[in-house]
Amino acid sequence: MTTMTMAAALNAALGDALAEDGDVLLIGEDIGTLGGVFRITDGLKDRFGAERVIDSPLAESGILGTCVGMAYHGLRPVAEIQFDGFVFPAVDQIVTQVSRLHYRTGGRVRMPLTLRIPVGGGIGAVEHHSESPEAYFAHTPGLRVVTVADPQDAYSTMRAAIACDDPVILLEPKRRYWGTGEMDTSLTADLDSARVLREGRDATLVAYGPLVVTALEAAVAAEDDGIDLEVIDLRSLSPLDRDTVAASVRRTGRLVVTHEAPGSVSLASEVITAAVEDCFAHLEAAPERVTGYDVPYPPAALEEHHLPGIDRILDAVDRTLGRRSSREAA
Amino acid sequence: MLTTPSAPERDLVAGLAQPLRVLAEDGTRHPDPTLDPLLDDVDEELLRSLHLDMAVIRALDDEAVALQRQGELGLWPPLRGQEAAQIGLGRALPETDFLFTSYRENGLAWCRGVGPEEMLAVWRGTALSGWDPFAHHMATPQVIIGAQTLHAVGWAMAARAKREDALAVACFGDGAVSQGDVNEAMAFAASFHAPVLFFCQNNQYAISEPVTVQAAVPIAQRPAGFGIPALRVDGNDVLAVRAASLLAARRIRAGEGPMFLEAVTYRMGPHTTSDDPTRYRDEAELERWRRRCPLARVERHLEHLGADVEQLRAEAQRRGDEARTGLQEAVTALAAPAPESLFDNVLTTEPAHLRRQREQFRAFTASLAPEGAAS
Ligand SMILES: Cc1ncc(C[n+]2csc(CCOP(=O)(O)OP(=O)(O)O)c2C)c(N)n1
Repeated sequence: MTTMTMAAALNAALGDALAEDGDVLLIGEDIGTLGGVFRITDGLKDRFGAERVIDSPLAESGILGTCVGMAYHGLRPVAEIQFDGFVFPAVDQIVTQVSRLHYRTGGRVRMPLTLRIPVGGGIGAVEHHSESPEAYFAHTPGLRVVTVADPQDAYSTMRAAIACDDPVILLEPKRRYWGTGEMDTSLTADLDSARVLREGRDATLVAYGPLVVTALEAAVAAEDDGIDLEVIDLRSLSPLDRDTVAASVRRTGRLVVTHEAPGSVSLASEVITAAVEDCFAHLEAAPERVTGYDVPYPPAALEEHHLPGIDRILDAVDRTLGRRSSREAA
Repeated sequence: MLTTPSAPERDLVAGLAQPLRVLAEDGTRHPDPTLDPLLDDVDEELLRSLHLDMAVIRALDDEAVALQRQGELGLWPPLRGQEAAQIGLGRALPETDFLFTSYRENGLAWCRGVGPEEMLAVWRGTALSGWDPFAHHMATPQVIIGAQTLHAVGWAMAARAKREDALAVACFGDGAVSQGDVNEAMAFAASFHAPVLFFCQNNQYAISEPVTVQAAVPIAQRPAGFGIPALRVDGNDVLAVRAASLLAARRIRAGEGPMFLEAVTYRMGPHTTSDDPTRYRDEAELERWRRRCPLARVERHLEHLGADVEQLRAEAQRRGDEARTGLQEAVTALAAPAPESLFDNVLTTEPAHLRRQREQFRAFTASLAPEGAAS
């Protein structure tokens, strides 16, 4: 067990996977000599060579399309898309090919590919560098979509994703890359379950990826007001672990879901619908979602207003508890 | 006015063996049969003005890098080394031709009269898009690599449909030629004979990746496969770039369809201010390119012509300083927009759900105001 950043944990996971399985390879723009713009693949080309850590041409559709062919021939490619906003040129290959090959070949073809995407805002970046594209992928059957929130989770989930025979889209919250935590390479994770990070009585707060840290901070702040929040890290966005959410809501009776992506037609919509279907009778208040607004990701000078923060989360918690919130203010 | 160049052959791909060049590194002028007919108007006055243009955009660029280092800008993509490519093109086109560029063409923006505040807003994070494209005949910079090339083709098709004389220009880098969009743009342009100029600044790198990762042959060879003629020019030779741009624009305007220019140049600085180029290129390579400085080349040429270069340098310094001051003043004038502007311009009319979110945002913001503060 050592303490490291999430970036270092991801690097370790990729290195260990490359070392253990000769069929694993990495491909992406600038991942070799440079080690990636976030240095997640730092040093791996030196260790494993340019045939296993491939600097690809600047073409995202090309990256995903060639990964399909590699998977056809038994490799386990791990592709990096440099920033969230640049995955869109590859969406055709992901949605029309990667997600469907297993299904349309009657299970004969497997797509054990992992697609890593640094996602989300909060780093003061220019356009197309702060997107939250998860709902597009979660909407597509045949893909697994997972997020990570801390170094241990990052390591274990990356290993599980690479080992998985399904295509996995792994969303790395870039503003948490430099956060530190303990990491033990012997711990494993699955790709299907949510985690209860903190038990609480009064309301269930569901988050994932970059907002897990914010949700935990909100729970600490809520203590000052005598509110005891349960915090769930969803981890898997597709498939959703609705049982863990429902079990929690049955205890607390209240649900707040938070994420950065716009709220309409979103993961929050889905989690709330699932809770209504699974445990309606236990809900004591209308569930709330605290998300990015339904606007394009704004310029950096406005992102603090767009991204859910502790105050907006607690404002929603207050509403579920029937306390005075901004919407009742005089 | 220039004389009409003799129309090059339809399958022209000139400059493959060696990029076309008329000004050598030591400032001597060399003949080139393709470009010479376009150089008749070059006199001392024109050389001086091209030099001053390059000096000003270098100063602007240096200042923007400095502002980023001081924390005034979030990011900046330096153009140092590419002054001749940008000024050579920018000064060859009439204002009515419409430019579609990526983020590094701030020299072209300057040619189009984009002001300092408009230029910096994106990089300071106060706007997603800093200027009015129609006021400057230039689309706002594109970050998605290559996307703008298709826009240029569409604009060109529209211009032709409207019987206009104007061209569209698509500017992009060497990395971009790997993107599907750029290849699709060439397919559309060739099929529809669109009046579009593809202008590739091959600055040798796409972030850390050398151009050899994108193409096994000179980039100028690729358009030939689409039936688009190409010229490969020394991108550090402002006269060669200008002449090639004039030639291409003439041909395109004469209805001969799209054309492609590859300007072979070098990015002297980092990819952006957050990049560390020492990880992927070495000092010896930099030194080779330093000797090809586009500004020094024009200075040496003027020296050969017996011009007063000291006076020119002083003038360049004065105009550069002016430009730098302009940027410094602009940056402090660029304040964060009103928080509620988050909700502006999502659609042309505000739908109910956004009106509701705007009201909730207002109420929430007001609820955070300190006790007793005016609402
Ligand atoms: C679709 C897309 N993929 C990746 C990126 C990230 N990125 C930004 S600039 C760049 C390199 C571009 O190189 P090139 O086209 O040669 O232009 P240059 O920066 O050298 O002017 C990359 C990979 C992006 N902006 N868009």
